[in-house]
Amino acid sequence: MSAPTPADSAEAKAAILGRIRSALRDVPRDERPEEVEVTREYVDSHVSGDAGAVVDLFVERVEDYRATVTRVTEADAPAEIARILADKGIQSLVVPPAFPEGLLAGYQGSRLSDDPPLTPAELDASDAVITLAAQGIALTGTIVLDAGPGQGRRALSLVPDLHLCVVRAWQVAPDVPPAIRALIPDRPTTFISGPSATSDIELDRVEGVHGPRTLAVVLISD
Amino acid sequence: MSGEEVNVVWLGSPTFPKAAHTALQDTQLRRNLKHATTTIRDKRLRAVAELDDWETLRLAGSQIKDRVMRHLEEYLLQLEASVTAAGGVVHWAQDARQANRIVTELVRAKGATEVVKIKSMATQEIGLNEALQDEGIEATETDLAELIVQLNDDRPSHILVPAIHRNRTEIRDIFRREMGKHGIPAPDGLTDEPRVLAEAARVHLREKFLRATVAVSGANFACADTGTVGVVESEGNGRMCLTLPETLITVMGIEKVLPSFADLEVFLQLLPRSSTAERMNPYTSLWTGVTPGDGPREFHLILLDNGRTKTLADTAGRSALHCIRCSACLNVCPVYERTGGRSYGSVYPGPIGAVLTPQLVGVGTSEHADSLPFASTLCGACYDACPVRIDIPEMLVHLRAKVVDSHRGGLPKPEALAMKGAQVVFGSPRRLALAERLGAVAGRIVGLGGGKWLPGPAKKWTGARDVPVPARESFRTWWRKAGRG
Repeated sequence: MSAPTPADSAEAKAAILGRIRSALRDVPRDERPEEVEVTREYVDSHVSGDAGAVVDLFVERVEDYRATVTRVTEADAPAEIARILADKGIQSLVVPPAFPEGLLAGYQGSRLSDDPPLTPAELDASDAVITLAAQGIALTGTIVLDAGPGQGRRALSLVPDLHLCVVRAWQVAPDVPPAIRALIPDRPTTFISGPSATSDIELDRVEGVHGPRTLAVVLISD
Repeated sequence: MSGEEVNVVWLGSPTFPKAAHTALQDTQLRRNLKHATTTIRDKRLRAVAELDDWETLRLAGSQIKDRVMRHLEEYLLQLEASVTAAGGVVHWAQDARQANRIVTELVRAKGATEVVKIKSMATQEIGLNEALQDEGIEATETDLAELIVQLNDDRPSHILVPAIHRNRTEIRDIFRREMGKHGIPAPDGLTDEPRVLAEAARVHLREKFLRATVAVSGANFACADTGTVGVVESEGNGRMCLTLPETLITVMGIEKVLPSFADLEVFLQLLPRSSTAERMNPYTSLWTGVTPGDGPREFHLILLDNGRTKTLADTAGRSALHCIRCSACLNVCPVYERTGGRSYGSVYPGPIGAVLTPQLVGVGTSEHADSLPFASTLCGACYDACPVRIDIPEMLVHLRAKVVDSHRGGLPKPEALAMKGAQVVFGSPRRLALAERLGAVAGRIVGLGGGKWLPGPAKKWTGARDVPVPARESFRTWWRKAGRG
């Protein structure tokens, strides 16, 4: 087998585009994509009610995935985070760059900084990771991470077996469309809905395959 | 196996009726399938019923796909430019052979002899694992069901849950027997509890994730305007592959492109509820080219044709390309529920496979693929379940006509003769009246024999169906007797 050259790819591209053109002879040449009707009559959010109702639904839906949600005030957050980590017996915690120091004020165990980057093996040997989030989605019980400050790169929230995620109430969007609008497309983005799961064996849902087996959410509202 | 021969269908597959005949004898398989499809059907109905605007979402999904297909060239060129601008490299592959060659050379250039893979229909379609193996590169499937299929040297039977035909005890036995040959063996005392089996897979695969340098994935969608590519999954094996290795190679069918990032608001509502019947699947990853310090340093996107432009050319079959591979149509299909996926002899089983496979391969080129449009009762459940409103029943009828047309000339089949006869009979009221009277007589005769089968060439037809006994009296005779003529 000889290696494909750039000329091969250019030739393939020209051939494919040529076949597309001849396949679409029924499409008028002057038709513009926007002229193909897309009726967006679907609702922007299925959630009715005020911000409080949105946050209540978020909690209910995240718990539906058998993740835990702890609601706290900003003032109580450090003690609550420390309590959760102690309860789970966390000895080594991965802390992403720019994670708010104050939130870890009560935590006594050792910390693993990702600067310089931890190796996959080091991440694998850690007990847990704590991150902030970019937003939440109430209807689907989803947490969105986009590698912003305090969230770290994607591997951090993946390899350790426990992910403690701090979400602020104002970050919770009611439904998928507003959440998509708030995303920054060029950031590496991960939607997390509950702990990793599989239904591959007789469609029987099992929580915890390759991602963190425990997802704990701390929801801060004032 | 050379790349050229690999195209969607499995070589040497029998026609659907033959394969189904064998599958139907397997009572274990039927039990497994019945349990699985019933479970997921009920769940899907509940997930869909939660959204009162489901029909408008379906319509929007279908219209967006229609827009993409009508302007595919423009969107692909835009996608290529966006991905390139974000630091990715775009390759074009006309067929399986070209795509496999590109992947092989990219892996070789990295000096790797193994790759980790995310479950992907496109790479299954092109037979990538086999092509890599021929070149001395081991590809490990990391989705639990794909791992089960791969370890057992089996074939997948479902788009979403490829090992749906195996029950927990069979899976335990496969793990016990095969895991040790490919890495960390199954632990002693492995039970058939799903939680325990999933834990064995976690341990077996983790060392492979941690040391892999190259990953291969498919794509659920790619946004032309931003160059963002997306993969939806449940287990986290996808995130492992997308995040840890230094090089990521994504093989994507050209029809997967979406006009804009904003369109995700439609498909991220339609896909999870139709597929795993969840409000949202556990993990969705979106990435745009390469991000320094986060994930792979190299990203290659291979745009694959492999029969798609052929499908695009048929205006009545084109919308098969709208498919987002959710598998809802498989789960609701009465034929699939009984025969299972492997009877279809294709990477794409079930109703969508019955319309997609013959089109990708080309109607009239393979007896096996030509048999697939007939693997349906035309009940319409697939159309109702399809999140992008693909009218599969209508397309099946269209493809049946094409198959019949492609066989014109030569000796007519019994079916064609019967249709010719019907044309003569229905052509004249007098001939129809005569036929009805003959039918009534035949009814008495068939009725005597219990009414189960017909002789001669019709025997094949009655081999799988009971003959309805014709009425002992025709409608016209009754009408006259009733004094209304």
